[in-house]
Amino acid sequence: MGLLDLTAAELAGQIKAGKTTAVEAMEAVIANIDSKEKELNCYVTFDREAALSAAREAQKKIEAGELDGPLAGVPVAIKDNMCTKDVLTTCSSKILGNFVPQFSSDAVERIKAAGAVMIGKTNMDEFAMGSTTETSAYGATKNPWNTQHVPGGSSGGSAAAVAAGECFCALGSDTGGSIRQPASYCGVVGMKPTYGTVSRYGLIAYGSSLDQIGPLCKDVTDCAVIMEVMAGHDPKDSTSVERKDTDFTSALVNDVTGMRIGIPRDYFGDGLDPQVKKAVLDAAEVLRSKGAVVEEFDLSLVEYAIPAYYTIAAAEASSNLERFDGVKYGYRAKDYEGLHSMYKKTRSEGFGAEVKRRIMLGSFVLSSGYYDAYYLKALRVKAMIKKAFDEAFSKYDVILGPVAPTTAPELGSSLADPIKMYLGDIYTISVNLAGLPGMSVPCGKDENGLPIGVQLIGDCFNEKKLIQTAYTYEQARGKFE
Amino acid sequence: MANVIDDATIDYVGILAKLELSDEEKEQAKKDMASMLDYIDQLNELDTTGVEPMSHVFPVENVMREDVVTNGDMSEQTLFNAPERKDTAFVVPKTVD
Repeated sequence: MGLLDLTAAELAGQIKAGKTTAVEAMEAVIANIDSKEKELNCYVTFDREAALSAAREAQKKIEAGELDGPLAGVPVAIKDNMCTKDVLTTCSSKILGNFVPQFSSDAVERIKAAGAVMIGKTNMDEFAMGSTTETSAYGATKNPWNTQHVPGGSSGGSAAAVAAGECFCALGSDTGGSIRQPASYCGVVGMKPTYGTVSRYGLIAYGSSLDQIGPLCKDVTDCAVIMEVMAGHDPKDSTSVERKDTDFTSALVNDVTGMRIGIPRDYFGDGLDPQVKKAVLDAAEVLRSKGAVVEEFDLSLVEYAIPAYYTIAAAEASSNLERFDGVKYGYRAKDYEGLHSMYKKTRSEGFGAEVKRRIMLGSFVLSSGYYDAYYLKALRVKAMIKKAFDEAFSKYDVILGPVAPTTAPELGSSLADPIKMYLGDIYTISVNLAGLPGMSVPCGKDENGLPIGVQLIGDCFNEKKLIQTAYTYEQARGKFE
Repeated sequence: MANVIDDATIDYVGILAKLELSDEEKEQAKKDMASMLDYIDQLNELDTTGVEPMSHVFPVENVMREDVVTNGDMSEQTLFNAPERKDTAFVVPKTVD
């Protein structure tokens, strides 16, 4: 077994035991990047000298006993929408093509404090708007399982890098499924925590009431380890929640006896690929055989989550992206006449088509005369969706369903019809609207060998139930390859 | 298609969004927005009478702190990425005559 076959937690253990070093691990990752990156394009920014020197420094501290966190010496990739001090952070957009943050996001600070060594910044859909990583201004990322297919998005670079062994684990962000869906498409584990669990400080905002940072990793244990490192109250994020129950690794228990698992019938209707359906229901059967109480129920309102989400997310995006005006950072147009012309030209030249589409929709639904009919209506529907989940969680510990209706689509097949692309988010976005934790765990492959993920959804602050269920399933499933 | 976005609306949205669209982009934007609004109009099938709009899932309150400086002088960091600066200021095109 080579170094790259180790999970992040296993690697940290071997480094701690002196069986390998942070430098050897980084060299193995870099050699793998050298052979695969040209084809996959997982990274926007990768600086081998910086990565190696950071690994050397970490190794020195480990040997001196100054660094012994759970990720000590582990090479980690960071999605390019998280600020990293002195390292280019583009959000995969032209408008931030030269942006070098002078501070790091809280999540990045925390994993570094736990010993993680950054490899580079991963590719994504521009400003996290997209489901394929094809809206990046720096080229599409390819799915490592089949390079004719997308890795999913928006955290497609992070998911593909984990799947291809171009890192040991990665950070992503999830506004409508952007961690769980690429995790499903790339056959890795991904978690979106309860809203407020991981600080958004230093995360370049898309939809602030929906955005959460979370891990993409090789197995459920790594997921729990990284969550435990990243979770915690941050005074710099006013929506950060004070939680005491963030000892997520304590939930790595191989037992689901009596766990009540609900399968929403409305997640298995038209549009769901039969192979995905079978793999997901098979996973439910595995959990039933392990002692879980599995039953079907009607969640309701599922089809309304997408229009509510796109209204709310576009509204928040139009407001959040006002800051990109060519004054404080990033791109500024070359030719303009006066201030307003500078704003307009900078933004029109700097943003890509999907970002402009959402900014315009958001500006419209927030505009005088339409605010009540669209924006407030969507917020009312959001309240109804939250209530439907509250009712479900009065009966069930965990909701189980597909992550996405299909496996990874072919490159170039999604962007032409935005609404069709948005429909692919049907099973993930209601989780963001309701602030719930959700997780994607590999559960099978389709006839073309493309991975399928099962989604586990919990009530707010119930990540541990998800981790326990996922861990038990993973133990029964065996290695995913 | 129920929603039709006319030129005046798309021009108004362009002003709000601070975007300058080419004629071709404008036509595409009119089509895209109309079809998105048709899609969003599905929400009208739901009776939301008496339902309070929910902006945050948890009750969120303003977070207050004492009015004391804790971060020191960060003007160099703040100006580090400025497209154009002069001394300790951002430079913008002339705004008033």
